[in-house]
Amino acid sequence: MSTYKVLTGNYAVAYGVKLCKPQVIAAYPITPQTSIVEKLSEFVEKGELKAKMLRVESEHSAMAAVIGAAIAGARTFTATSSQGLLYMHEGVWMAAGARLPIVMAIVTRAIFPPWSIWTDHGDLLDQRDTGWMICMAEDNQEVIDMIIQAYKIAEDERVLLPIMVGLDAFILSHTATPIEIPDEDLVDSYLPRPGETLSYLKISFDNPLTYYNLAFPDSYMEFRYQIHEAMNRAKRVIEEADEKYHKLTGRKYGGLVDTYRCNDAEVVIVSMGASTGDTKEAADKLRDEGYKVGVLRLRFIRPFPEEKLKEILSNKKLVIVIDRAISLGKGGILYTEVASVLHKNDGRTPIIRGYLTGLGGRDITVSDIIKMVRKATSLFEKGELTHGWEWFKLRKEVVM
Amino acid sequence: MEVERIPLAPISIPKVGAVGKTGKWRTFRPVIDREKCIKCLLCWLYCPDAAIVRDENDNVFVNYDYCKGCGICAHECPRKAIKMVKEE
Repeated sequence: MSTYKVLTGNYAVAYGVKLCKPQVIAAYPITPQTSIVEKLSEFVEKGELKAKMLRVESEHSAMAAVIGAAIAGARTFTATSSQGLLYMHEGVWMAAGARLPIVMAIVTRAIFPPWSIWTDHGDLLDQRDTGWMICMAEDNQEVIDMIIQAYKIAEDERVLLPIMVGLDAFILSHTATPIEIPDEDLVDSYLPRPGETLSYLKISFDNPLTYYNLAFPDSYMEFRYQIHEAMNRAKRVIEEADEKYHKLTGRKYGGLVDTYRCNDAEVVIVSMGASTGDTKEAADKLRDEGYKVGVLRLRFIRPFPEEKLKEILSNKKLVIVIDRAISLGKGGILYTEVASVLHKNDGRTPIIRGYLTGLGGRDITVSDIIKMVRKATSLFEKGELTHGWEWFKLRKEVVM
Repeated sequence: MEVERIPLAPISIPKVGAVGKTGKWRTFRPVIDREKCIKCLLCWLYCPDAAIVRDENDNVFVNYDYCKGCGICAHECPRKAIKMVKEE
């Protein structure tokens, strides 16, 4: 029988990880991630989780430690945020290039300077070229479920890539909500046995190997190709993992994307992370006013759900993308990614409008989202809305 | 033509002399004085290229095909039984 507890997002991560029985955990504290590894450390101390907990001197070392453990064949876990993630960036690339199915929780937090501890997706989206799969949860229930699904996806032999599970700082990480914790037996039956995935590269004295040595120009490209192909295969694996999880728990999230009232919608709002709850509420209110609005939530940003977006969004009139991160000198990151796959040559591309807001923890409220949709649709109806993105809720009066 | 396939992850199975006979790089060659050698095996242990081999009686020999002449064996030898001799 599953149990119910009132848990913060961070504790939901910890309970999820405990159920997956990693053998090695290494992490360095950073707000707002710290309570994840504090809780895991408590589980280890009490003997409830038989894992080796490594205290390391930095995030760079935390990633190095889990890479080493994963090469030795262990199931591993680490977690970080913001500066910590940037500090481990070299190892982040290595984990993917080395094809190690490490699971890492990222509590998304804005990047310094100026200091900010609040949510913003800049740290997570900065990782999108690394070869890690990147997903993001909407609420605490999805956090625990996504951690469990993450091991299933990463360790699948068609994939063998590391994965980041994102959750918004404070909005999820430190907000307690009731959640259902799956049964240990259920998770045992869902996942491979810990440490059984990587036998082909496991460290062994009988079969010594040279790890991650020099590749000449005649083979480097093929290793990158193999990672990209694994990402493409992961799309199917992600859907399967969600379907199998649904059979066991009754909970289904939609695999790569989560859609809400999209079928008959003329306008679809694309979002990611915790603010999607408010986006769905805004969609309901707008529907009451007669707007035909739906919501598409990107659960995964890598692999990027190109086919799904084309299938769901291609025939809509208007696509509104809410961004919580900016590629400085370019624009809203999700806007750019979504726009890059929707353009068609038949002149019937939906108008794609990005709203960049919520940086450094600025709230994105239901009324903000309603304002975006009203603004975009009224311009659209006058034929004045063009492809592009704009700042939203920017306090322009205070800038130099 | 048969092509060599790459593995999933960049790993390789070590083999002797994968990049040819590196002994050609040597400027000084280690020469072992058997009278002085006490078979402590420190040279065998320290050699970074595993170019010192031992037989069943713990006699040590230099594999000149792969010894690059770094001199670590001579430095470590407690009985000064290894001399570094300039190659002609």
